Amino acid sequence: MLAESLALTAALFIIGVIGVLIHRNAIIIFMCVELMLTAVNLTFVAFSRFYGAAGQVFVVFVMTVSAAEAAVGLAIIISIFRHRETVNLKDINLLRG
Amino acid sequence: MLLQSFVDSASQTHPLSGTVAEWVWLLPVLPLAGFVINGLLSLNSARLGPDDPNTPDHHPHSGGAAEPSVISRGEQAGDVGDDHHAVKRHRWAGVTSIVGPGVLIVSFLLALGIWQAMAGVHMEAPFIQRYFSWMPVGDLQIDAALQLDQLSMVMILVVTGVGALIHIFSVGYMQDDPGYPRYFAYLNLFVFFMLVLVLGANYPVLFVGWEGVGLCSYLLIGFWFNDKANADAGKKAFIVNRIGDFGFLVAMFMLFANIGVLDFIGVNAKAVELGTGSVLVTAICLFMFLGCTGKSAQIPLYIWLPDAMAGPTPVSALIHAATMVTAGVYLIARSAALFSLSPVASLTVAVVGAVTAIFAATIGLKQWDIKKVLAYSTISQLGYMFVGVGVGAYVSGMFHLVTHAFFKALLFLGSGSVIHAMHRAYHTTHRDEDAQDMRNMGGLRRYLPVTYVLMWIATLAISGVPPLAGFFSKDEILGSVFARAQGSTLASASWLGIPGSTLLYSIYVIGLITALLTAIYMTRMMLYTFHGPNRTGAEEERHLHEAPWVMTGPLVVLGILTVVGGWLNLPEVITDNAPIGPTGILDRWLEPVVGAATARVSAGASRVPATTEEMLMGIAVVIAVAGIVYAIARLKPARLVPKRDAIPEEGFEGVVANKYYVDEGLDRAIVTPTYAISRNFLWRVVDNGVIDGLLVNGSAALARGFGWIGSRLQTGNVGIYAWVLVVGVVALLGAFTLR
Repeated sequence: MLAESLALTAALFIIGVIGVLIHRNAIIIFMCVELMLTAVNLTFVAFSRFYGAAGQVFVVFVMTVSAAEAAVGLAIIISIFRHRETVNLKDINLLRG
Repeated sequence: MLLQSFVDSASQTHPLSGTVAEWVWLLPVLPLAGFVINGLLSLNSARLGPDDPNTPDHHPHSGGAAEPSVISRGEQAGDVGDDHHAVKRHRWAGVTSIVGPGVLIVSFLLALGIWQAMAGVHMEAPFIQRYFSWMPVGDLQIDAALQLDQLSMVMILVVTGVGALIHIFSVGYMQDDPGYPRYFAYLNLFVFFMLVLVLGANYPVLFVGWEGVGLCSYLLIGFWFNDKANADAGKKAFIVNRIGDFGFLVAMFMLFANIGVLDFIGVNAKAVELGTGSVLVTAICLFMFLGCTGKSAQIPLYIWLPDAMAGPTPVSALIHAATMVTAGVYLIARSAALFSLSPVASLTVAVVGAVTAIFAATIGLKQWDIKKVLAYSTISQLGYMFVGVGVGAYVSGMFHLVTHAFFKALLFLGSGSVIHAMHRAYHTTHRDEDAQDMRNMGGLRRYLPVTYVLMWIATLAISGVPPLAGFFSKDEILGSVFARAQGSTLASASWLGIPGSTLLYSIYVIGLITALLTAIYMTRMMLYTFHGPNRTGAEEERHLHEAPWVMTGPLVVLGILTVVGGWLNLPEVITDNAPIGPTGILDRWLEPVVGAATARVSAGASRVPATTEEMLMGIAVVIAVAGIVYAIARLKPARLVPKRDAIPEEGFEGVVANKYYVDEGLDRAIVTPTYAISRNFLWRVVDNGVIDGLLVNGSAALARGFGWIGSRLQTGNVGIYAWVLVVGVVALLGAFTLR
């Protein structure tokens, strides 16, 4: 039962990573990051089923932090869009060396 | 005093302990205190400026005549009518006039007290005062220690005695100079270092004094540093001396490496371990002698001394005639135990001394600058001293050192008196002429009667006319050379394939020829300076005056010493025939220090018969008188013209007048190539290429290159960062998993 759960979360996580790597749109990357977080949450839940409730507590923390992160992240993306009228990461490279 | 608490208890058993000799540390400390006081006073003027801007521009050494500002004093303002020349003296000149000579006089009195204490006891071993450990490094144990023995006592009395007289003379000569306190600060510092030199109980302490007097010599030669020639002369003296000091240092290193001690007692005791006549002891002695040639102006390092005349004349008298330049002779007498082991090194010393003596004497024949004549004369007389210590007659070398200090100081101070008068005369009439050139002098005996008489005494003394000091000391050196040639370790040795005996006879003949030349050039100087018509100028003639008593007083004292100095060491051959005094005071006095070394050199010698000695003495007198008579007969001061109208000498005379073009030759052979190498290789290749190009700019380029590579990684593209991050994580995880 645990093996199947972990296989699912691993698959979800890798989908998230690939999404971050191949997409250029900041919104999509953002959503992929959320997908990775969710995959991790699912891992915690799966482990809590076998090793006690500590995993559930972590999930609550992760969800809180990711909500805060989502608020800040979206605010930044909106701010960038207002300035440059794009959210394509290829065009946003002001910190080039 | 604090210092005395450090005194080693081991010295308590010495006969001098508990006497005034315990205060020996005060001898150098007194001039050091004078240096501090005068130095602080001179700082005061540097801040406030020595001259009032309202007084007329008044540079003491305008026109290249590097002599002090000579102005009208109150009593002369009336008769010469140049009171518009009032120069503001240094504000602390009064204090300096008391402190500067005062410390020297007290030092001299203390030296006399110590001498009294020494004369009262019988001492075989030197009296050593250890103050603190200076360099305790493994086997190298060097103490800051002073050594009092018969040899250093002679030097102390000469340095403080003649030094005090010259300090007093300087009061009259220099008091109107804006740098008066600075002058006395340097002069006192010089005496301090000179006393450290002669009192040091080991070679390193001696070396401190050795370098210190070199520093003071540099400072005082360039005393009027506004004139570039004077500053250059100071630099020349300093640099040439460094070459010699290198040799001295190498000698010290070799001594330590081979016998492990550097204090005089230890070296004297262990010197024989180096092996009589071995290559090692010869090398040590020759390196040490290289140091002596620098400090004492012998071939090949004599070139700095004539230029050193750029300093004030009392400085020339004290440093470049009486004391510092004789340090080399002292060093060899001090190291007699080493030199007596090496006949080859001893003969080298004698040969170099003899060649220098005759070489410098010939140049002295053709100089016009009164101080240059005396400078070459000093080099020549130093050559005599080296002949003396070179043939193992250490006492005779020291004897000539003492008498030479008397009469050469007298000659230099006398020339100072002449220059003082000349400079004042030209200054009063605003004429820009050379106050030191003898062609501008002549007939000065009418104006400077005291100086005239005293300088003639010194001239007769240096020429070797009995019964003046120079006769006895010079005769003793020549007699020693003759005696050594007849039979000694030197006579049986060979030097570069020449038998020692032949060499010594040649040195004797060279010494006689030099004596003849000495008599001629000194008489020439006197004739051109004091006799014949005056060439100074009709207007200037009225302004020529004898120096004040503060200057003539020391001259008179030195004059007396020049007359009676010979009594220090009367030869037996004279006292046997005419009981005019005790025999060989100096011989007996120095016996504990150099007696063993002298005996080692003269081993196997037979006594020269009294008749032969009398004959040698007679030859010396005849030669001296012949030189004087020849000069008076041949040289006609009336035919001279002032410097301005003089034509340069031609042919061989011109070569001699130009000092055999040695300076020019050295310039071509050493200075110019050094400059060329410095410019083309050291500057353009090493400095610009290697240091600036490769090292400085190279390291900058390296840092810039790495920075460029690093900056390429910062693309600003978040996607690439994410890729790198993921690859890194995967790699890390993979590494941990596969481990």
